[in-house]
Amino acid sequence: MKSFKTLKSIITPLDKVNVDTDQIVPKQFLKLVQKSGFGKFLFYNWRFGDDEQIKSDFILNNPKYKNSEILVTGDNFGCGSSREHAVWALMDYGFSVIIAPSFADIFFSNCFKNGLLPIILSEKIVEKIQHETGEVEIDLENQLIKTPSEQISFDIDLHKKTILLKGLDDISQTLLYEKEISEFEKNSTIPSVL
Amino acid sequence: MNITEKILARASGRQKVSPDDVIFANVDKVMMHDVSGPGVIKVFDKLKKQGINVDKLWDPTKVWVAEDHFVPSPDKVSAENIVKLSNFTKNYGIEKHFKYGMGQYGICHTLSHEEALVLPGEVYVGGDSHTNTTGALGSFACGLGHTDVAYVLLNGKIWFKVPHALYFKLNGKLPEHVMAKDFILKIIGDISTEGGAYKTMQFGGSGINEMSVESRLTLCNMTTEAGAKNGIVEPDQKVVDYLTSRGASNISLVHGDDDAEYEKIYEYESSELEPVVAKPFSPENIVIVREAPSVELDKSYIGSCTGAKYEDLVAAATILKGRTVKIRTEILPASISIYKRAMENGLLKIFLDAGVTVGPPTCGACCGAHMGVLAKDEICISTTNRNFPGRMGHIDSQTYLSSPLVAAASAVTGKITDPRDLK
Repeated sequence: MKSFKTLKSIITPLDKVNVDTDQIVPKQFLKLVQKSGFGKFLFYNWRFGDDEQIKSDFILNNPKYKNSEILVTGDNFGCGSSREHAVWALMDYGFSVIIAPSFADIFFSNCFKNGLLPIILSEKIVEKIQHETGEVEIDLENQLIKTPSEQISFDIDLHKKTILLKGLDDISQTLLYEKEISEFEKNSTIPSVL
Repeated sequence: MNITEKILARASGRQKVSPDDVIFANVDKVMMHDVSGPGVIKVFDKLKKQGINVDKLWDPTKVWVAEDHFVPSPDKVSAENIVKLSNFTKNYGIEKHFKYGMGQYGICHTLSHEEALVLPGEVYVGGDSHTNTTGALGSFACGLGHTDVAYVLLNGKIWFKVPHALYFKLNGKLPEHVMAKDFILKIIGDISTEGGAYKTMQFGGSGINEMSVESRLTLCNMTTEAGAKNGIVEPDQKVVDYLTSRGASNISLVHGDDDAEYEKIYEYESSELEPVVAKPFSPENIVIVREAPSVELDKSYIGSCTGAKYEDLVAAATILKGRTVKIRTEILPASISIYKRAMENGLLKIFLDAGVTVGPPTCGACCGAHMGVLAKDEICISTTNRNFPGRMGHIDSQTYLSSPLVAAASAVTGKITDPRDLK
């Protein structure tokens, strides 16, 4: 997994609450399992009409946001189905950070498995960031969001922060302790049935 | 400790756990299906490339695999995924692979109880968000993403943060025209689709004691729509009988302590509950059926892990017996075992005589994938669990969520109908 340290980009405001994973990646694409290439299916029904014509009123279709890596959105982002494809699609499209007042549990957990940084901030601050037109810097090490006018700090679980900073997934993280684990298992008096 | 805490304490080898504790729990059972399975296989491939040994699973006897979303295969890609899944289970020695066209198969959450694959007190995880369903058996059941499922397959353990618990107390037996589906929709309407976020939703009280195991499954199933980590009901003799009749043995029940703590207790009176529907486009948009908008329905759908268990089909049959449907109606029993009972007990004849199309078990139309998806502007009443935009087909289609009684009554009239008002 790629490590995450800092990132500078303009933000894409997606002013919606309860964005579910069906909207993030519609079901017809779930049968595909390659991890790359899902970006073209991201928010498919919002970006494209029936004949695949581009819906120009949808924010992602505004060329201004083409290189944005930060999505700023509403409450309960990623609710619904547990499909990890949702995270793959957001990342493949180019997003590295999602800022919202709250996230759905399974989606939130899936983010860290793939190197996507979800940041939880109060509704008031999220709304303020949504109106930010200049470049915003995300500094994970110092847990700061630097906008042209201010610095906003955010909370993140230390374990999850380490995972992202080092570019580890849970499995590689565990393997860092492989020696200790096998030592422990060898010397353990706890019966294996426990 | 409440029942969820008791199960998690036992699974992590601790005397006591409290909300927000992070624990490393041993998993008892794990499930994946034809969407999460190929995703897990991808994760395995990636790990292999990193030099991680993925030759053996932690315990193939504790794993089962369902074919349910894209079956019977609607196209080549889906068919290939099924082949991939078969190769995986063969290579890793997973014997519990329920294949369509080969005896018992069905929706993964339905198999978990129909086949007694999960027992009370167990920690059960699955690659699907509605894994919560199985908490109705008195187990800790929750959904995971592909990477987490892959981790469990290899290690048999997973991290959890012990959730805070909400307790929903139901006083008195539900009236005949009100189903568990109405109760859970009412709850989601009250607490919102975020109201249970990373919490336990536990159900109890005399109304729950009176309820069948299948009704309790409906409650736990839709805790997912409130964002809950898990849904759970304290197991009783009904659960023991239900599982024993399906071949389970060595059942040991875990119960919460008398002084168990809950973050909040909600109380409901059965006599005050009414049939409700969730309007598009959220399961929290609840309205009493008698006050529902007068829309012309195009379709009624009775299917899915939420609304196609045997008792759901019986409910639909009480309405459809001797009547004819006015709109396109599909009934898909959630597993072959349910399908067979419906046949043996004459339900299928009632459905077919009423004009219904009866289909094989599949998640197909519930997630808008195949087998009866909705066209632009079509309006459906459905016993399923989600009505997000485009969930059951075209982005401009609409779904009203309801109980099987309401879906069947509405099939007869073509309008959203309270079963009591049917002539």
